[in-house]
Amino acid sequence: MAIEVTMPQMGADMTEGALVRWLKQPGDVVKRGDILAEIETDKATVELEAFEAGIVQQLVVAEGETVPVGQVIAILAAPGEVAAVAEPPRLPRPAVRERKVEGGATARPAAPRAPVLEGEADERLRISPVARRIAAEAGLDIRAIAGTGPDGRVLRRDVEDALRAQPLAAASQPTAAPSTPPTPRPTAPALAATTAGRIETASKIRQAIARRMTLSKQTQPHYYLTLDIDMTAALTFREQVNVSASDAQRVSINDLVVKACALALGRHPRFNAEFGDNGLTYHDEINICIGIALDDGLIAPAILHCDEKTLGKIAADAKDLIARAKSGHLKADEYSAGTFTITNLGAYGVEMLIGIINPPQAAILGVGSVLPQAVVRDGAIVVRQVMKVALSADHRVTDGAEGARFIKEIQGILENPASMSL
Amino acid sequence: MAEMRFRDALREALREELIRDPRVFLMGEDIGLYGGSYAVTKGLLDEFGPERVLDTPIAESGIVGAGIGAAMGGLRPMVELMTINFSFLALDQIVNSAAKLYYMSNGQINVPMVIRMASGGGSQLAATHSHSLEGLYAHFPGIKVVCPSNPADAKGLLKRAFRDDNTVVFIEHTALYSMKGEVPDDPEFTIEFGKANILREGKDVTIIGYSGSVWQASRAATMLESQEGISAEVIDLRTLRPLDIDTVIASVKKTNRAVIVEDDWKFGGFAGELSAQIMERAFDWLDAPVARVCGKDVPMPYNRNLEFAALPSEEDVVDAVLAML
Repeated sequence: MAIEVTMPQMGADMTEGALVRWLKQPGDVVKRGDILAEIETDKATVELEAFEAGIVQQLVVAEGETVPVGQVIAILAAPGEVAAVAEPPRLPRPAVRERKVEGGATARPAAPRAPVLEGEADERLRISPVARRIAAEAGLDIRAIAGTGPDGRVLRRDVEDALRAQPLAAASQPTAAPSTPPTPRPTAPALAATTAGRIETASKIRQAIARRMTLSKQTQPHYYLTLDIDMTAALTFREQVNVSASDAQRVSINDLVVKACALALGRHPRFNAEFGDNGLTYHDEINICIGIALDDGLIAPAILHCDEKTLGKIAADAKDLIARAKSGHLKADEYSAGTFTITNLGAYGVEMLIGIINPPQAAILGVGSVLPQAVVRDGAIVVRQVMKVALSADHRVTDGAEGARFIKEIQGILENPASMSL
Repeated sequence: MAEMRFRDALREALREELIRDPRVFLMGEDIGLYGGSYAVTKGLLDEFGPERVLDTPIAESGIVGAGIGAAMGGLRPMVELMTINFSFLALDQIVNSAAKLYYMSNGQINVPMVIRMASGGGSQLAATHSHSLEGLYAHFPGIKVVCPSNPADAKGLLKRAFRDDNTVVFIEHTALYSMKGEVPDDPEFTIEFGKANILREGKDVTIIGYSGSVWQASRAATMLESQEGISAEVIDLRTLRPLDIDTVIASVKKTNRAVIVEDDWKFGGFAGELSAQIMERAFDWLDAPVARVCGKDVPMPYNRNLEFAALPSEEDVVDAVLAML
């Protein structure tokens, strides 16, 4: 059996990836877990691991080529297998959208469609003329639109759906450039031309941020809870553990927040879930994303399996993750497997940060600076180290009272930090 | 308005034209004493006499040739050919003489003649009597091709044909002769050539037919609406030459999809011509390839079940629409 290696989907919004470099060549023996190639996505360059062992039989996609998610990029022969002649690559055939039947009438079986010829090189994008025209007029990238017509053809309705899903940037922010500006065309419509000023083409990462934040705000009804956390004890605790810690294990305030959230999420699993058409999906793993500012945007990769990690391990992994995020060497899971997000602008002196949920997660915790504040304790005014946190949560998944219990749980852990050393 | 059958509406048109214009006369096989193979001319011999209603020998080429001569000489003949299948015998007269004389004489001679012929299958008349060849005549420049789908259009278009200065091939679907419908009484009622009729408005797909196929299109539209919630626009072309392409294009620009229905064979047929014109003029509005629902690529079978299988059905039209979505 030949093993097909396909362009992986690293993140819900990834539609295509570029093959940067092959690390294996035809004839090479591949073990499970070996790095096959480097893939560039919208966000960064990631390493593609082999999921099965075998011998590289054919590299279907050349270095530098960009291909859609799901397309075969390499073929491995199972160990010991005589290499068969490789089939040419085929585009994945998207599922045909169910037709709406109005008036409760019985659905009629759809007429059989002519199948795509087996083995036929079929790389041309299928798009109807009217869909192509509307997309061109709106400056939409037709390669990013999923087709629901016969044989996956992009139809007028698909372009119109994509247009509706676009952020209403131009309308809501009249002074700013649209967050996903149309690709410049010599005959571009007057959409952008009416606004005086410089137009900068959005980078891929900016487009991704625009798409995901719009998706979140348009589909996830947010509610917000804020709270002051007294970090005086936590700072003392941090000093104590850092005395004996190696450089790698030195704990930051954010590491404390990550650990506290990991513990709280274990006790409040609905904040580690996501809402979908079939109901709530509770995730087995607690993978906490941390927002990392990059020169040209923002990325939120996950520290995997936080529930199984000690504070020291979380601290070490966070440092490694931040370094790799900045150099563009994240792994696929770190992009796509996050279940909760912490965004922290404490280092910038921000008092309070109310975040936008990282879809499809259930909540995000915004963290501000730890600042000395006058607070009342036992009837007296004392100075304590206070950190403001804000929970933004998806109201489809949880309600305010649950949110209150969850954020109080985080507060309790951070105000009694010894429990984090377990 | 009066309710009458398609054949009666045709007879009324002939009567009124015979009365209106003394140059008009009718000739054809069995149209006088017998009243015509489909009883269209019944009673006209008695009413107008043998000088104006002439029975002829079985000689299609001869009677069309005689009609051309009469038209050139200043009369307004109507020649009835029993079926379109027999018109092949007169093809040279129609194509080489009637269609070309005006051009070849530099406009000195025209041939104002109406050639009526019955077309279409569904009556178990087998392969030599059952075909639909409207597209064949539409191929030739110099003649007009008219294909009514209902009694009122039959009357209005036939009366209009007698007032045309060119040869008009007037094609009647045999399955429609008994169809009833409201027909205007006004002796001046005519229907312009080249004006398609939007039978039903819709927004999701345009289904185009002419002659009998209008009704497969119309029934399919009803099924699509009730069973699938799809809104189909149905266009009856009425005349293939001149062709009202503007109405078709306006509709396709609205619905982004087109299905053409005709009884004729698909290969090299009129549906292909119309499909190409839609592509040429509305390419950037199409959301799916234009579909053609046509007769099967065989001589018409005699067996009833096979004959129905060879003809396009409303289910075929529905399937074609669903395959576009």
